Amino acid sequence: MNPSDFQFVSQLLYKRSGLVLSEAKAYLLESRLGPIARSHDFKDITELAVALKGDPNGKLSEEVVDAMTTNESFFFRDQSPFDRFNDTVLPNLLKARAGTRKIRIWSAACSSGQEPYTLAMLLNERKAEMAGWNVEIVATDISQTILDKAKEGLYSQFEVQRGLPIRLLAKYFKQVGDRWQIDQGLRSQVRYKMFNLLDGFGSLGKFDVVFCRNVLIYFDQKTKTDILDRMAQIMPEDGYLYLGGAETVLGISDRFQLLPGQRGLYGLTDGAAPARKFGT
Amino acid sequence: MKSCLVVDDSKVVRMVARKILESLGFSVTEAADGVEALEACEAAMPEVVLLDWNMPRMSGLEFLIELRAKADVRQPSVVFCTTENDMDHIQRAIAAGADEYIMKPFDSDILESKFTQAGII
Repeated sequence: MNPSDFQFVSQLLYKRSGLVLSEAKAYLLESRLGPIARSHDFKDITELAVALKGDPNGKLSEEVVDAMTTNESFFFRDQSPFDRFNDTVLPNLLKARAGTRKIRIWSAACSSGQEPYTLAMLLNERKAEMAGWNVEIVATDISQTILDKAKEGLYSQFEVQRGLPIRLLAKYFKQVGDRWQIDQGLRSQVRYKMFNLLDGFGSLGKFDVVFCRNVLIYFDQKTKTDILDRMAQIMPEDGYLYLGGAETVLGISDRFQLLPGQRGLYGLTDGAAPARKFGT
Repeated sequence: MKSCLVVDDSKVVRMVARKILESLGFSVTEAADGVEALEACEAAMPEVVLLDWNMPRMSGLEFLIELRAKADVRQPSVVFCTTENDMDHIQRAIAAGADEYIMKPFDSDILESKFTQAGII
C-alpha cells in the first residue's frame, strides 16, 4: 500500500473509531485487509483503498473498521483482575449496595465475549450469595461482527483452553461438534450492544464497575483523556475501573487513581471509599 | 525445582512435553503407561503428573483412580493431556480427581495456562 493510501485508511480508521495506526503498524493493514480485498474480488488492498475513497461511509468501510478493531481475547485474561473482582471488588459492592441490591458492570470493548462471560461465570459461582441481586453486565464493542460471535458464545478448542479452568468448561459449556458453546443461561446474563467509545456514554447509564482493559492503548493521548473523563462521569464515587496491567492514567487523566497495591485497578480520585477498603 | 512425571505411550509427545516443562523449570521423568507411572510414583512421588488417557496395560484414568486411592501419600497435581476431547471424558477425569485437562494438540502456551490454573506454577 502506498503512503497516500495508508494515510487515507489510517485517517478513516481514526475518524470512525479513534484507533491510531502508526506507520510501524502498517503490516496490520496488509494482514487484516487482505481477506476483505479478496472477498470483494479486489486485486489487492490498493484496489480496496480506491473503493474506500469512493464510498468512505459505506458498508466496506464498516468492514475495514471491524477488521482493524477486532482483537484477541481469552477467558480469565491475566487472572489477577478477576481474582481481585472476586475477593475484593464484588464483596465491597455487595456491602455498599445492600440497600438497592443492584450492580451494573460494563465490559467496554468486549470483543468475542470472553470478558463478560468470565464475569458471568464468577457471579454464577456465588449464586447463593447473589440470590435476590440484580447484576447487569453490559458488553459493548465497535464491531458488529465480533458482537455476533460473542452473542453466539461458540468457541474453538484453542479458545477454551487458554485461561478457562476445566471445571468451568464442564459446568458452563456444551460441546457442539468440535467447538464449545457457553450455556444459554449465561449468554442471557450479558446484554450486548454495538457501541463506539468515541460516542457519548449517556445512553448507557451508570456503572459500578467498568472493564476497559487493553483498549486505550489504541487511542491517542487526547482521546484517552476524553474517554477516561467521560467514564468518570458515569461511575459512582465508589466505582471501580479496570485498565490493562500495562496501561496507566498517569499524565492522561487526574480523575482516577490506582488503588493501593492493585495493578490495573482504579478508583475515582474524589471517591474515598474504594481506597479505604483496599486499605494499605 | 518442581518435579513432573510425563506419562504417555508416545515417545514424541513425551519429548515435546519434556522440552516445554524443562523450559518452565521442571525436572522431568517419564513413563510409557499407567503401570510404569505407578512404579515411578512408588519410587519417588512427583509434584505433578502430566497424563495421557489411552495407553497399553493401564490407561490414564485407571492410573489416576489407583493413585488417588493411595492413603498416606502426598498427592500430586494431575493434568490430563489427551486426544479424548469430549465432555464425557472431561467429566470422568474431574470425577476421578484430575486437576486440569489439556485437549491435544497442545502447545507451550496452553500447557503453561493450564498449569497456572491448577495452581502448579
